[in-house]
Amino acid sequence: MAKKFEAGVKEYKETYWEPDYTPKDSDILACFKVVPQPGVPREEAAAAVAAESSTGTWTTVWTDLLTDLDYYKGRAYAIEDVPGDDEAFYAFVAYPMGLFEEASVVNVFTSIVGNVFGFKAVRSLRLEDVRFPLWFVATNPGPPHGIYVERDKLDKYGRALLGCTIKPKLGLSAKNYGRAIYEALRGGLDFTKDDENVNSQPFMRWRDRFLFAQEAISKAEAETGERKGHYLNVTAPTVEEMFKRAEFAKEIGSRIIMSDYLTLGWAAHTSLSKWCRDNGLLLHVHRAMHAVIDRHPRHGINFRVLAKLLRLIGGDHLHSGTVVGKLEGDREATLGWIDLLRDRYVKEDRSRGIFFDQDWGQMPGVLPVASGGIHVWHMPALVTIFGDNAVLQFGGGTLGHPWGNAAGAAANRVALEACVQARNEGRELEKEGKDILTKAAKHSPELKMAMETWKEIKFEFETVDKLDVAHR
Amino acid sequence: MSEVMDYPSRLSDIKSRKFGTFSYLPELTEEEIRKQVEYIVSKGWNPAIEHTEPENAGLHYWYMWKLPMFGETDVDKIMAELEECRKANPNHHIKLIGYDNINQTQGIAIVVYRGTPPETVMCADRLQPRF
Repeated sequence: MAKKFEAGVKEYKETYWEPDYTPKDSDILACFKVVPQPGVPREEAAAAVAAESSTGTWTTVWTDLLTDLDYYKGRAYAIEDVPGDDEAFYAFVAYPMGLFEEASVVNVFTSIVGNVFGFKAVRSLRLEDVRFPLWFVATNPGPPHGIYVERDKLDKYGRALLGCTIKPKLGLSAKNYGRAIYEALRGGLDFTKDDENVNSQPFMRWRDRFLFAQEAISKAEAETGERKGHYLNVTAPTVEEMFKRAEFAKEIGSRIIMSDYLTLGWAAHTSLSKWCRDNGLLLHVHRAMHAVIDRHPRHGINFRVLAKLLRLIGGDHLHSGTVVGKLEGDREATLGWIDLLRDRYVKEDRSRGIFFDQDWGQMPGVLPVASGGIHVWHMPALVTIFGDNAVLQFGGGTLGHPWGNAAGAAANRVALEACVQARNEGRELEKEGKDILTKAAKHSPELKMAMETWKEIKFEFETVDKLDVAHR
Repeated sequence: MSEVMDYPSRLSDIKSRKFGTFSYLPELTEEEIRKQVEYIVSKGWNPAIEHTEPENAGLHYWYMWKLPMFGETDVDKIMAELEECRKANPNHHIKLIGYDNINQTQGIAIVVYRGTPPETVMCADRLQPRF
């Protein structure tokens, strides 16, 4: 039945609040945490979010009647209390598949976290979770290789992988930097990493760094008989420059390169991810700038959404927080998004902050990377939290060893293997960790020294972004 | 500096070569091997045995000992196969694998008996950098 055009401003909820709507399997679903302006009812605020992130604008326009807005509009279909917060509420919005370009995370996020985040009717807004329907998952490239192909390529099974970020992160010459890489790898690490700040500064241009790093890797591989890599950071000011560096990394035989997917931009990152699959290089992904977006509990985008997004556009590793180190990270929330990175199907689980079932179809998984302020004493907890499918990165915990990087690396490797052995034997790592490490240190002077060096270090600040489960 | 210990790994010493998970621990005892076999069985993985000359441990493909023991859950039988493989290949590294067919990977892959490498010296010639 055709409608008549009526100019003016309507309440959003007349069009965009549909509590009886049953979401379709093909819909993109979003859960927002909304703090409305005083006096704005929840239904109106939720409907406003749905409208402004889909087809709506502030007034009716005659061209609305030239299309089927009932199909194209986003709908707020449910509202829930936020535990522990009287002002905020959760709004659930369903978007029909026709609103979005296939395989375009850029398009989806331009809509659902676009203008609406500056919208006056809401005081603050946070995107807590997004359910990507299978059709959208399947049109995206996904990880260049995935967890199990990486294990096959590197011939490493039944344990987490070990890495280390080379420090000081700025100021080393390329040759001295390569020395630090060589020492860490010959001691037993699988990977070393460029710090995210390292691109191509005057003290160390990228080409010199790549060449010295590659010689360090080659010697460490020949010496230990194991496959190793250094994440050569190809993050660059232009896409052309990024690909130039990636091509060179491939030419000299690097197994893995690195990008920073938020500062680089998602379109550039997606192109690099596809290039990595085409050229057989693993892709390590850093997340500089994420805390700007994900740390505030009432505004921005929860990291679980940024993690899902990265799995879609592709990466083989993604930094996920450590739970136990120097950087922010609630344990249950972290467990939630590492599942979202790795598993084929993740069930809704509010205790981990997961609002929707997520089916990943055949898309491979991403290895979460725990990095920042961790050392051998954290190993029992890390093995318990992350299991085998993770990269554990000990920067200071390798390079800060009193006997140098090789000893620091060996200490970490011995600690990891001792914890894996004990876990496989059915022992409880977090309870018996001290005994397990002390026993392992009897045959490893490097581990003994590491345990004496770092015994007292702890980071015990309250997490700012906690899950919304507090009882009032 | 006398308290700082040197890290003894050498390109020229084949004993510096490692061979994956648990190669930084002391060689497992019989009792410890049995516990890892029990772990494989408890996970529902398929046990398998591979072996190689220690100097070729860096290759992806080792020699398979017979076929993977699909569906085998008898820990004694698996231990007996390991022993039989070792008797037939006394100088080889012998690897115990648990194939996880659901994830198409090896849930565990550990060298349980370490072979004796021949004395060889590797020179650095083939490592010449490209610049």
